[in-house]
Amino acid sequence: MFRRRPDGRAATVAVTVEGREVLVPAGASAAAAVLLAGLHTIRATPVNGTPRAPYCMMGVCFDCLAEIDGEPNRQACMVPVRPGMQIRRQRGPRAIDAG
Amino acid sequence: MRRFDAIVIGGGLVGAAIAYGLAREGMVPALIDEGDIAYRASRGNFGLVWVQSKGLGAPHYQRWTRRSAEEWPALAAELFARTGVAVGHERPGGVHLCLSRAEFAERRVRMEQMRRESGNFGFDYRMLGHDEVAALLPGIGPAVVGASFTAYDGHANSLALLHALHRGFVGRGGVYLPNRTITEAVAAPRDFRLGAGAEEIGAPVVVLAAGLGNAALAPRFGLSAPVRPQRGQILVTERAGRVMAMPTTTVRQTLEGGIMIGDSQEDVGFDTGQRIDVMRAMAHRAVLSFPWLAGLQIVRAWAALRVMPPDGVPIYDQSERFPGAFTANCHSGVTLTGVHANVFAPMVAAGALDPALAPFSARRFDVPQAA
Repeated sequence: MFRRRPDGRAATVAVTVEGREVLVPAGASAAAAVLLAGLHTIRATPVNGTPRAPYCMMGVCFDCLAEIDGEPNRQACMVPVRPGMQIRRQRGPRAIDAG
Repeated sequence: MRRFDAIVIGGGLVGAAIAYGLAREGMVPALIDEGDIAYRASRGNFGLVWVQSKGLGAPHYQRWTRRSAEEWPALAAELFARTGVAVGHERPGGVHLCLSRAEFAERRVRMEQMRRESGNFGFDYRMLGHDEVAALLPGIGPAVVGASFTAYDGHANSLALLHALHRGFVGRGGVYLPNRTITEAVAAPRDFRLGAGAEEIGAPVVVLAAGLGNAALAPRFGLSAPVRPQRGQILVTERAGRVMAMPTTTVRQTLEGGIMIGDSQEDVGFDTGQRIDVMRAMAHRAVLSFPWLAGLQIVRAWAALRVMPPDGVPIYDQSERFPGAFTANCHSGVTLTGVHANVFAPMVAAGALDPALAPFSARRFDVPQAA
């Protein structure tokens, strides 16, 4: 569904999206990495479990929530990639251990 | 000039509930709404349907708010049946957490006074120790000394409620007139003419439910509504799985999963700005109450203005000079939606407020003449 721009920067940073290694340009967001990995959804909503994809890519819509390096509900479009970053889809609400 | 059976000024929760109730009585009311430039307490509130803290020293208010909580389930069901909008009402009971021995002792005194003032009506509450609170709300912090509990309390999605009331109002034949302010008002007994935007409209009944706008509107109808703004700030976290079984006065989990933190009170006039020190104090107390909150992200925060009468008790009145003019003012538009739609509106439709509402009149603020 998504293609990289022909004049895009070289993909040099290796991250892991849902267990699969993907190369993305330096400075790209974790949400872009999910799209480059070919995934069509990044989360399931907390109330109905509806699938969602990254949408606004500028920190407004909260549709790109993902688990990044073990931390749930991150706005993936606002998080620049780092080598070795672990990105997983956000499935439903964040679980709370109230103790 | 367009004529209606009644004109309700104010399209927030108070006005929309009354207008919905009037339409259900078979009237064709107009609902005048200022629009998105309004202060809109209805869009900034905390969403409690709350009983246990309301009406200390004012037993009529205690009964009124209890009555509203009793009306809530049927109204929520009716709105869902008519509009398809679920307002998310739950009534699991609620607690007020106390974070020190002094707070707990003070709360106990307050709750016992509420019980005494309830008379034959009754007021069942329990003061719970730390372990009893922990059984209701797992994950409370060691700072929680105890809590007051009543089964009367609950909460709802107040944005969905506002939407449902508007949709229900129009569905019952009401006429919604948005983006208009009152430019002119000509009052005579049971004959009111208003300039609403560019249009003139008339009706034998007018209800002032314009929130903070009522202060300026009321005198034009022989009424008094000395309300002032009181700012409240709210913090909302990311959505999380269900962890809170019931709301508290300052922290609650919405049905969608977000945790709301609220209940600040500032007298700063018509200023909806936010202050870091207030937000910090709210977050600090919330984390003392529920330490697991510290790990959640705050995703939204805002401030809104409560519509506050001088004594905190609602003002309901009918004009002696211009019969047919009514006013409703309160800072608990969500809680009181039940009585506004189901009790107050039928009184207006019948032409006069019940004498039981007399203690709510603004005449209570008149200073008696010295003998």
